[in-house]
Amino acid sequence: MFVHIDGPWSPLLGRLALSEIPYNNPILIGTFAFAALLAVVLVGLVTYLGLWRTIWRDWLTSVDHKKIGIMYILIGLVMLFRGFMDAVMMRAQQAMAVGPHSAGYLDSPHGYLTPYHFDQIYTAHGTIMILFAATPLLVGIMNILVPLQIGARDMAYPYLNAVSLWLTAAGAALVMASLFIGDFAHAGWFGIVPVMELPYSPGVGVDYWMWAFQLSAVGTTLGGINLLATIVKMRAPGMTWGRLPIFTWASLSANLISLSTFPVVTVALALLALDRYFGTHFYTAGLGGNLMLYNDLFWIWGHPEVYFVILPAFGMISEIVPTFSEKPLFGYLGMVLASLGIAGVSWGVWLHHFFTMAASPAVNAFFSITTMAVGIPTGVKVFNWAFTMFRGRLRFELPMMWASAALFFLLVGGLTGMMNAFATNDYMVHNSVFVVAHFHMMLLLIVYAIFGGVNYWFPKVFGFRLEQRFGKMFFWLFTAGTAVVFIPMFTLGFMGMTRRLAYVAFPQWGPLLDIEVVGIAIYVLSAVFLVAQLYVSFRDRAKNRAGLDAWETSRSLEWMTHSPVPFYNFAVTPEVHARDERAWRVARGVDTVRPERYEDIHMPRNTAIPLWLGVLSFGLAFGLVWRMWWLVEVCAVAIIALVVIRSFDHDTDYTIAAKEIERMERAIRDVPSGRPAADDVIGGVPAFRQGV
Amino acid sequence: MSATTSGTLDAKKSPMWSSGHGHDVISTKTLGFWLYLLGDAMMFTALFAAYAVLGHAFNAAGGPWIRTVAHAGVAFRETAWLFASVLAYGFAMMALKKGNRGGVLLWITAALLIALGFLAVDGHEVMALFRMGAVPERSGFLSAFFTLVLYHGLHVVVGIAWMLVMLVQVASAGLTEKVVYRLLNLRLFWHFQAVMWVFMFTFLYLRGAIV
Repeated sequence: MFVHIDGPWSPLLGRLALSEIPYNNPILIGTFAFAALLAVVLVGLVTYLGLWRTIWRDWLTSVDHKKIGIMYILIGLVMLFRGFMDAVMMRAQQAMAVGPHSAGYLDSPHGYLTPYHFDQIYTAHGTIMILFAATPLLVGIMNILVPLQIGARDMAYPYLNAVSLWLTAAGAALVMASLFIGDFAHAGWFGIVPVMELPYSPGVGVDYWMWAFQLSAVGTTLGGINLLATIVKMRAPGMTWGRLPIFTWASLSANLISLSTFPVVTVALALLALDRYFGTHFYTAGLGGNLMLYNDLFWIWGHPEVYFVILPAFGMISEIVPTFSEKPLFGYLGMVLASLGIAGVSWGVWLHHFFTMAASPAVNAFFSITTMAVGIPTGVKVFNWAFTMFRGRLRFELPMMWASAALFFLLVGGLTGMMNAFATNDYMVHNSVFVVAHFHMMLLLIVYAIFGGVNYWFPKVFGFRLEQRFGKMFFWLFTAGTAVVFIPMFTLGFMGMTRRLAYVAFPQWGPLLDIEVVGIAIYVLSAVFLVAQLYVSFRDRAKNRAGLDAWETSRSLEWMTHSPVPFYNFAVTPEVHARDERAWRVARGVDTVRPERYEDIHMPRNTAIPLWLGVLSFGLAFGLVWRMWWLVEVCAVAIIALVVIRSFDHDTDYTIAAKEIERMERAIRDVPSGRPAADDVIGGVPAFRQGV
Repeated sequence: MSATTSGTLDAKKSPMWSSGHGHDVISTKTLGFWLYLLGDAMMFTALFAAYAVLGHAFNAAGGPWIRTVAHAGVAFRETAWLFASVLAYGFAMMALKKGNRGGVLLWITAALLIALGFLAVDGHEVMALFRMGAVPERSGFLSAFFTLVLYHGLHVVVGIAWMLVMLVQVASAGLTEKVVYRLLNLRLFWHFQAVMWVFMFTFLYLRGAIV
């Protein structure tokens, strides 16, 4: 039944053999040594501080949306680092491998990476940055904020939320495993067909890519269902659609995209899996396959995915700008319609990723026009932010700096995007680094919004503000690095340099590639300041203790509960009266009104099942990659068994008595604002810990 | 807009914190299941799109073509089994409405057995096709055809397994809130796969008879 594979195979280890461990590659050995050292240090530190119990009880088994959000963000940051290191390696290779006389090291004809290794690195860079950095970071932020912004206790399905997290984590772990066991795909992050088919990629690289992608896609789809149901069903009384905070609207739009398009990529990849495992002919070059089917299915997901990551970024900018302009958001309704409009039009633009694939002029014209139409709702947003700032009392604190710089990238990325939207022009720049520079502008806009959002909501989640001096140096260096990398890249694109070059044939491109390396070095330097910012913030956390409203001019619901947020979010569900409820209460002097009485709260119980489901999914995917059928069978049966066993568990919730809530609330109020407590960092004073 | 009208509210008199506010568990779970069905419908849509793309004579690559593999008569029999099972599940829901635990158990068992009948016909048909050499790896067209048939079949298998679990839960726990929302979601699921079957009957089998 399974398609025959050449090469060794054993029932126990499948295709895995010692020769698959790249012990002869000094780069990978160095990486492994670094990762192992880091792991040893972390494990040692956790053991030394005696934190295993806390990590297990309060984090790994948690179903609390804030903790799940933080864990999503941690995964995102780790993978962001990995993706960034890939970028550093690519920049170094392209700068070294210029011209026929350039030196070659480590078995490579030019530079230090063999073409096959270089191909894996750009594939990993793209896959990681989109699926395992941007997506988890934004999903994490949505996880934390949406329930708080609508006055809910948790997500609609806290258990499912944890399952989504651990599926994403399993996918990320699979990508990391491919570094040291076997290799990764070499066919680009979006998969070039038929290169991904078994005859052209007989190794396990494509399988790693495919199953990691699949795990993350399923996790994100389930997360999308959860966020949509939360926004529809869990809003506090009075939180009408017209009062929904703008970030929540953005999350709603984004998750409409994720729910409607991630299943399509699941199918696209499943059909590829059928081709690779059962020998079907969906995307093959012969026997009735059609490789354009893959391109269409993939990009029907791929382009909406871009808006799935950009809409929450827009949402964060829309929250930050009013706070630091000390004005309500200009054009709320326009903003909501623009978000939904972007989500809607995202479905009709996918073909612009392959204008050059010989569709008829009428088809190309249609997709040109729809692509340009994206500029309309986006323009509405830009003008709304500008008018929000107009005559506002602008305060350029860190979140505002990141948010306003993001607008600049939106401008550069958007205008170059308009250039690419012309099918005729796209024939000129297709597959050039001009396109690469364009979409990096858009993704950097997202990164800027994420950094802005992290700085903005950090005090809400952890109870203390991030330090600003190192933070600003990080900001300026990061911005400088961006300019020095991407201005030469745009230029090189105009000069005709194509993507994915392991060897650069034209020596005249060399100087610009060298400048890009300088830019990457500035990025590396900036990361030092980020670490310094985090360290100093943590050291001085007692000094930077934040109250309810860390920025004093915040407007929405999440700023009405304690910082850090207690595990039950709001002691009593707030009654919502206005769009910017916090600002409304402050303006009327009722922001200090406390609940008259407390009520019992029902909370979901922690469970380790989602974690095990993640571990088993990893085992399932790993077994599929290496064709260890026994592992696949064991994991599949165990997953089904766990799901069924969980459905028989009647003890999934518990109740906290009103008296207990009152005691905890009083304990919080009595804490002097400057109290330096270690527990501040992981979710509040002891009374806030679940189960105490 | 609500924001402007709320300005006229007297802030000092209106309540700041709500009381006695709870969420309806069953409707929340059901909404989530509807959303899941939307995602699943997208998966079927993508598979139908793949079938449309690969459903041309040259995609058969000289192998068996649609008239040889799509038998509308057999598919009609399968439809009858499937709809009968959905009907039986509907009776289980009527029993649920009356709180009749025995009725629920009886009719779900009936739905389950009839669904097994569908699977028998479906499996027999697929096996017969395999034996005559119409296998998924023969051509792009057959790959798309069998993927749709088997993806729908997978839904029926999952539905049957779910019914088995629900039989145990109804028998052991009774009609608790958790059991009821699962029964309702299973109803949605069972109707959903039947609806998808209607599309398959039309696009695979009826269209196959006239192409």
